[in-house]
Amino acid sequence: MNRFVSAALAVAATAAFAGGAEAQTGLLAQVKSRGQLICGVGPGLAGFGIPDAQGNWSGLDVDLCRAISAAVFNDPAKVKFIPLSSKDRFTALQSGEVDLLSRNTTWTMSRDTSLGLNFAGVNYYDGQGFMVRKKLGIDSALKLAGASVCTQQGTTTELNLADFFRANKLKYEVVAFASADETIKAYESGRCDAFTTDASGLYAERLKLGVPTDHIVLPDIISKEPLGPVVRHGDDTWLDIVKWTHFAMLNAEELGVTKANLDEMLKSENPEIKRLLGTEGKFGEAVGLSNDWVVRIIKHVGNYGESFERNVGANSLLKIARGQNALWTKGGLQYAPPIR
Amino acid sequence: MTTIPTEPVQPGKASLLYDPKIRGYVYQLALLAVVGFLVYSAASNAIENLRAQKIASGFGFWHNAAGFDVNQKLIPFSASGSTYGQAFWVGLLNTLLVASIGIVLATFLGFFVGVARLSSNWILAKIAMVYVEVIRNLPLLLQLFFWYNAVLKPLPNPRQSIALPAGILLNNRGLYLPDPQLEPGGSLIVLTFLLGIVAAITFRYWARKQQTATGKQYPVGWVALGLVVVLPFFVYLLMGRPITFIYPELAGFNLRGGIQIFPEFVALLIGLTTYTAGFIAEVVRAGILAVSKGQSEAAHALGLRPGPTLKLVVIPQAMRVIIPPLTSNYLNLTKNSSLAVAIGYPDLVQVFTGTVLNQTGQAVEVVAITMAVYLTISLVTSLFMNIYNKRMALVER
Repeated sequence: MNRFVSAALAVAATAAFAGGAEAQTGLLAQVKSRGQLICGVGPGLAGFGIPDAQGNWSGLDVDLCRAISAAVFNDPAKVKFIPLSSKDRFTALQSGEVDLLSRNTTWTMSRDTSLGLNFAGVNYYDGQGFMVRKKLGIDSALKLAGASVCTQQGTTTELNLADFFRANKLKYEVVAFASADETIKAYESGRCDAFTTDASGLYAERLKLGVPTDHIVLPDIISKEPLGPVVRHGDDTWLDIVKWTHFAMLNAEELGVTKANLDEMLKSENPEIKRLLGTEGKFGEAVGLSNDWVVRIIKHVGNYGESFERNVGANSLLKIARGQNALWTKGGLQYAPPIR
Repeated sequence: MTTIPTEPVQPGKASLLYDPKIRGYVYQLALLAVVGFLVYSAASNAIENLRAQKIASGFGFWHNAAGFDVNQKLIPFSASGSTYGQAFWVGLLNTLLVASIGIVLATFLGFFVGVARLSSNWILAKIAMVYVEVIRNLPLLLQLFFWYNAVLKPLPNPRQSIALPAGILLNNRGLYLPDPQLEPGGSLIVLTFLLGIVAAITFRYWARKQQTATGKQYPVGWVALGLVVVLPFFVYLLMGRPITFIYPELAGFNLRGGIQIFPEFVALLIGLTTYTAGFIAEVVRAGILAVSKGQSEAAHALGLRPGPTLKLVVIPQAMRVIIPPLTSNYLNLTKNSSLAVAIGYPDLVQVFTGTVLNQTGQAVEVVAITMAVYLTISLVTSLFMNIYNKRMALVER
């Protein structure tokens, strides 16, 4: 009997204290020894994160994961993508199921302060909009009085929607679904007059409709939706890596470093480019990477502008204008601190 | 052979170590201690991790403003001023609503199909068989999608609403019924109606007693109809028709006024009812088959027709076999109602573990509360069914 009890206690003790070990060793060391980055992405939003028929993921958010993988492993393919619904994403990140979240997640104060998470930057400035059928003949969200609105539940979208109709003293009916797919299907079947989500999402979801041109995105933007990658609280090195991978891609675009001209740029005498590409200084080593980390990112993924055009901009099906997501030098909001 | 002169050995007194009873207690205590330790260490581990990650915990969020809307609500709820706690009640009531109506409907449908499957009418029996086999072998989630689309697809948009008699309108936003408004004197009608129900039940009880005592039968159905329907109607006319209706009418995109029954609710109710009825039908069939054939033969020999035989002889005996599995089907229906989240019906899981969890990020608390709620519903349901089962079991002769 004694043997039985002590064995049971030993098992129990191991089970109970097996958690907690992660905080001691850094996430970067873990990722390196695992040989793979585990990245939480959206469950399939065209332009941002979507798998093709062969299961290869692509998109703006996916590119950020690939860039981190390139910086760490010199290989953009060492990423395991975990599709997460908006309902499950924070729990998956908090519980350590994924190393980072790169999936259309709005940076809000409550999420940044009370969920044990840190936002690492904004890779897409968005705002919430509405899509309606053209034949309704309305040109503004303010004319949606009494409308039924389909939305995905458990997001900031649901809150903004309530705020907007409350602030404008309009009556409406909300129909909330668990996934984006079911939401857009309900909208298409006529259950709702309008479909609401972030404007980028509206363009992406519109592609799923039978006749996309029968639907228009109303010009009203009712909220600020800074979307960006998220990491767990308490590992500053890892936060730096994610943050500076994004900034490196922005700085590369600003300095005109592209996938195509990378080899020439390596010979550049411009001190800013030299610091960016690691031919001067030891900026990569400061975050536990190699000094040519940005070279790896640009070689495999390209700069921010290239990723944008390829996934959501002019070279993609979505054809979203750069708008707010242009560099600060071109009147947009994308602004990266300098590497020095 | 000589007798053994030692004192008689009393079992259990010899050595505590070898007493099976004491040993049993020790083993049980040890198991309890291990389980208790596991629970304690898991809980303290979770608390420690939450604290280490600076994740807010506790139930403070309960009184925070919710800031989102829900379409179907049985109690007042709005984005302005309602709390997460109120959102919980909205979701819970919606779950209970669909589950309780679903249980009643599934019981009726299930009994009908179960009896039909044993019917001597070949077509009826085969239809019941096909129904059971199809319904039982498809995942409920797929059926819900089917019903939701089947409910929505044929319905027109609000501007082309189908007008049904009595001012009822039907479109893809729901079924709109006139909303009755009680004017002074109207409450008397409601009172008459309620008294009518009580009187009808009393009369049925009295008629039963009379029948057992004297064998005389009374028209219970007609009397009940008169008490519950005709009498309140006379009061309605007598009081000068003190009930007015607010009729739904087109305003902007949608209809305004009236009582709206949402398509999500209808789809979920149909899905849960038909699915559970398939299982109940099998339970009923098994119960009826468990009653020995001699029982119905004896009833027939007494001159009872098949209908009364079933009602008075077979089903009462079958009930003892039917009730325990019936209980677990009721519990399944209640738990399955959480699939509502897929078709946009705001049940407890959708509102609370969906929206509230995501807005607050308090996964541990929200999931714990939800689990406690489903556990409570299940325990209460099986408690009532056990009481009912005991009463049925006493009939045993």
